[in-house]
Amino acid sequence: MAILEVQNLSISFGGLRAVDDFHVTVEKGALYGLIGPNGAGKTTVFNLLTGVYKPDEGIITLDGKDITGRKTIEINHAGIARTFQNIRLFKELTVLDNVKVGLHNQNSYGTLTGILRLPKYFRVEKQMNEKAAELLKVFDLDQEASMLAANLPYGKQRKLEIARALATNPKLLLLDEPAAGMNPNETQELMDTIHFVREHFDMTILLIEHDMKLVSGICEELTVLNFGRVLCQGKTADVLNNPDVIKAYLGSE
Amino acid sequence: MSFITYLINGISLGSVYALIALGYTMVYGIAKMLNFAHGDVIMVGGFTCYTVCSTMGMHPVVGVLLSVVVCTLLGIVIERVAYKPLRMASSPLAVLITAIGVSYLLQNLALLIFGANAKSFTSVVNMKSLKLADGQITVSGVTIVTIVTCIVIMAALMFFINKTKLGQAMLAVSEDKGAAQLMGINVNATICLTFAIGSALAAIAGVLLCSAYPSLTPYTGSMPGIKAFVAAVFGGIGSVPGAFIGGILLGVIQIFSQAYISSQMADAIVFAVLIVVLLVKPTGLLGKNIQEKV
Amino acid sequence: MKKTMSKTLRSNIITIGLVVAVFVIVQILIGTGNISSLMKGLLVPLCVYAILAVSLNLTVGILGELSLGHAGFMCIGAFSSAFFSKCMKMFLPGMPAGLRFFLAILVGAAFAGLLGILIGIPVLRLKGDYLAIVTLAFGEIIKNIINILYLGVDEAGVHFSLKSSMDLHMEDSDKIIINGAMGITGTPGDSNFTIGIVLLLITLIIVLNLIHSRDGRAIMSIRDNTIAAESVGIPVTRYKLMAFSISAALAGVAGVLYAHNLSTLTATPKNFGYNMSIMILVFVVLGGMGNIRGSMIAAVVLTLLPELLRGVVSDYRMLIYAIILIVMMLFNWAPKCIEWREKTVAMIRGKLSPKSAAKEGE
Repeated sequence: MAILEVQNLSISFGGLRAVDDFHVTVEKGALYGLIGPNGAGKTTVFNLLTGVYKPDEGIITLDGKDITGRKTIEINHAGIARTFQNIRLFKELTVLDNVKVGLHNQNSYGTLTGILRLPKYFRVEKQMNEKAAELLKVFDLDQEASMLAANLPYGKQRKLEIARALATNPKLLLLDEPAAGMNPNETQELMDTIHFVREHFDMTILLIEHDMKLVSGICEELTVLNFGRVLCQGKTADVLNNPDVIKAYLGSE
Repeated sequence: MSFITYLINGISLGSVYALIALGYTMVYGIAKMLNFAHGDVIMVGGFTCYTVCSTMGMHPVVGVLLSVVVCTLLGIVIERVAYKPLRMASSPLAVLITAIGVSYLLQNLALLIFGANAKSFTSVVNMKSLKLADGQITVSGVTIVTIVTCIVIMAALMFFINKTKLGQAMLAVSEDKGAAQLMGINVNATICLTFAIGSALAAIAGVLLCSAYPSLTPYTGSMPGIKAFVAAVFGGIGSVPGAFIGGILLGVIQIFSQAYISSQMADAIVFAVLIVVLLVKPTGLLGKNIQEKV
Repeated sequence: MKKTMSKTLRSNIITIGLVVAVFVIVQILIGTGNISSLMKGLLVPLCVYAILAVSLNLTVGILGELSLGHAGFMCIGAFSSAFFSKCMKMFLPGMPAGLRFFLAILVGAAFAGLLGILIGIPVLRLKGDYLAIVTLAFGEIIKNIINILYLGVDEAGVHFSLKSSMDLHMEDSDKIIINGAMGITGTPGDSNFTIGIVLLLITLIIVLNLIHSRDGRAIMSIRDNTIAAESVGIPVTRYKLMAFSISAALAGVAGVLYAHNLSTLTATPKNFGYNMSIMILVFVVLGGMGNIRGSMIAAVVLTLLPELLRGVVSDYRMLIYAIILIVMMLFNWAPKCIEWREKTVAMIRGKLSPKSAAKEGE
C-alpha cells in the first residue's frame, strides 16, 4: 500500500520552474531515496511535501488523505516529520527537551495544569521523560540528555534531529541529507541507525542524499531529479546503471 | 486657504522626516539594523549648532558645518564601537538593544552637559517669509529652506548611489555582503560610509528641525527619530525614494491631523499609520519582499 | 534526567525563597524601626518593577520577541483597575477593601491581557525590529488615548468623551472618574508591600511554572527555531499569542499595584511612555534574557542603588545605566567576546580540574 503519492507537483519562483511535474509513489515501510545534482530541486520537493511552500499544481496524498496546500503544522499532525539540510535544533534547550517538544502533541495537558502543577502535570511529564529517554537511547544520546543541544557534536546533532522528528510519531520520515558533513565511520553508523529506525518503528523513510555509498547501501528505490524534473525512477540498482543518470551526474558536477 | 498653509507646513515637516528617514533606511538597507540612536544624533546636531552659534556667537554657516562634522564623526564612532562587534551576533535583538543603549547614552550625556531645561534655538535661516495669494498664505523662510534643502539632498543622494562607484558599492553590500566582499568591495568601509552619510543628514535635519521648532532639549531627537523611522517603514525600508515619499506623506498626515482632528491625537494617528502599513503591506510602499530560506 | 528536574526545581525554590527572605528581612527592619521613610516609599515600586521585569522577560527572553510597549499594558492595567476601584468606592462603599482590591487586580489583568491578545493577533506576525517598533507605537497610542479620555459615571449611566470634561454633560463634576490628562484622582490606596510581595510571588510562580511545562517548551522552541517548531507540529501563532498576552496581563497586575499606591494617577511619558518600556527592557537585559531571577534582581538593584547613593551618582545614574547596557550587550553577544570568554573559561577550567561541568540554562 502506498503511504505517499505525489502527482504532477510543480512550483515556480519568479518564472523559474524549480519543480516541474514531480511524481512519486512511496510504499509503506519503504526506504526511498531522492537524488540528483545540486540545485535539482530536491529540498524544494521536501518543502512542498511539508507545506513550507504551496505548490502551484499537483496533488499530495498521505495515507489516502489529500494534504495538498496544507500548513506545515497540519501536515505534521497528518503524519510527516522531517529533518533539515542545515540543522535546525532548539539550540538553547536541552537534548531531552528537544525531544519533548517533538512529543508535544502526543502527550498533552492544559496550560493551567502546567501552571498550577496539578497531578496530571507530573503524570504526563513522567510519561514524556520516559518516552524521550527511550528515543534518546536508540540514538545513543542518553548520556547527553541534559546538555544544551547547541553543545552537541555535529554528528549527534543530526541524530537528535531524527529523534525529535520521530517523537512526533509520524507515518513518513523525511531526511534531508542526513549524512552531510559526516566521516565514513559516522555514515556507516548512520546507515545502521536508519535501518534500525525502519525496523523498530515500522517507519517509511524518504531521504535526500549525495553520499552514493549510503544511497546504494540502504535505499531500495530511487527517484533522480534533474533541473526540477524526474529523470529516472525505479529500483536502486537499475537507476544507478541508467546512462541518463550517469550522464546527469558526470555532466553537471 | 488654511488648507494650503497646512499642506506646505506638512511638506516642510515631512522634508525633515525624509532627511532623517534617509539615514534610517540606508543603514537598515546595508547593515540590516534599526539604528535606534539615529534620532539622538539629530539632537546632537542641534546642540552643536546651538553651542557654536548662540554660546560662542559664530556665524550660522559655521554652526551648520560643524554640526555636520560632529555628527558624521559621531556616527562613525557609534558604528565602530557599538554596532560593528555585534554584526555577526547570533541574536538580531543584540544590536537593537545596544542601539537603544547608545540612544540612552547620548540623551543622558546631553542632559549632563546642557541640563533638562529647553534651550531656545536661534534659527539659522535669515530669510523673509513669503506672502502668497494677496497675503493670505504666509510661508516662512525656514519652511522654504527646509523643502529646498531636502530636494537638493535627495537628488544628490540619488546621483551618488546610482552614478558613483562608492554608491554602487553600497547597493552591492546591501544586496549581498558576502558576494560584495568577493567582488573586492570593502564591506566594513562601506557600512561605515553609510553611517557617516546618514549621520551627516541627521545633523542637517537637526538644525532645520530646531530652526522650525526652536525648543531644544536632550529628548528633542527621540520622537522625530521614531516618526522618521515610521516614515522609512511607510515608504519601504531600504528604499531611498521610499524614505522621501514616506517622510513627506507622514509630515502632511501629522500636520493635517493636528489641524483637523486633534493636536493631542496627532502622534497616535502617526503611529496608527505605521501599524496599518505594517499589517497591510509590511514591505512599505516601495519595499522589497524577503523570505527566509529553508 | 532526574538531575535536571531537581535542578530546575532547586533554582525555582531559590528564586521564591529569595523573595520571601527579602520580605521577612524588610518586615523585621520595619518592626524595629530601622528603615528610612525614603526606603519605605520605595517598597511598593520595587515590587512593581520586579513584576514588570519578570513579565517582560517572558516576551523577550522566553518567546524571543522584542516588545517596546510593555508600559502600555501596565498603563491599561493601572487605569482600568483604578477606574473600577473608584467606581466601587463611590457606589458600593460597603464593599471590603480587600475584596475590592482583589477584584481590581483581576480587572487590571483581564484588560491588559485582553489588549495583549487584540494587539498580538495582528502584530505577532511581524518579527524583530518591526515588532519592536509596532509595540512601541501601540504603547504610545495607548498613552495618548488615555490622556484625552474623559469618563464619568452617575445615576444616568456612563458618560464618555474624547474631547473635554464639558462634553460629558454631567451635573456632578465629582463623578468624573477619568479626567483627561489630569487622570484619576482619589484611587483608594489599597497597595502595600505585603500585597506587592504576594503579587510578585504569584507572578514568579506563573512564569516559572509556565516555562518548565509543555507550553513553555513550545514557546522556547519557537524562539530557537520557528521553522523547526512548525515542522514538529507546534502551533506557533497560538503559543506566541499565549506568551505575549500572559506577559501583558502580568504587566497589567503591576499597573494595578502602581495605581493603588498613588492618590493621583496620570499617564505621562515618564511612567507609561516608551522610556519606561525601555527601562524595563534594561532590567531584563542586564538580568539576563530568559533568566527570571536575574531580571527580578536587576530591577531591584537598579532601582535601589541610585536611591541609596543619592547625591553621589544620581546625576550620572542614567548615564551609567546606558554604559552598562552597551557594555553588557557587547560582552554577552559579540562573537569575539564570546570566543575570548570561552577560551578564558576553558583555560581556568583546565587549570583547576579536568572535569567539565554541563552548562545549565537557568
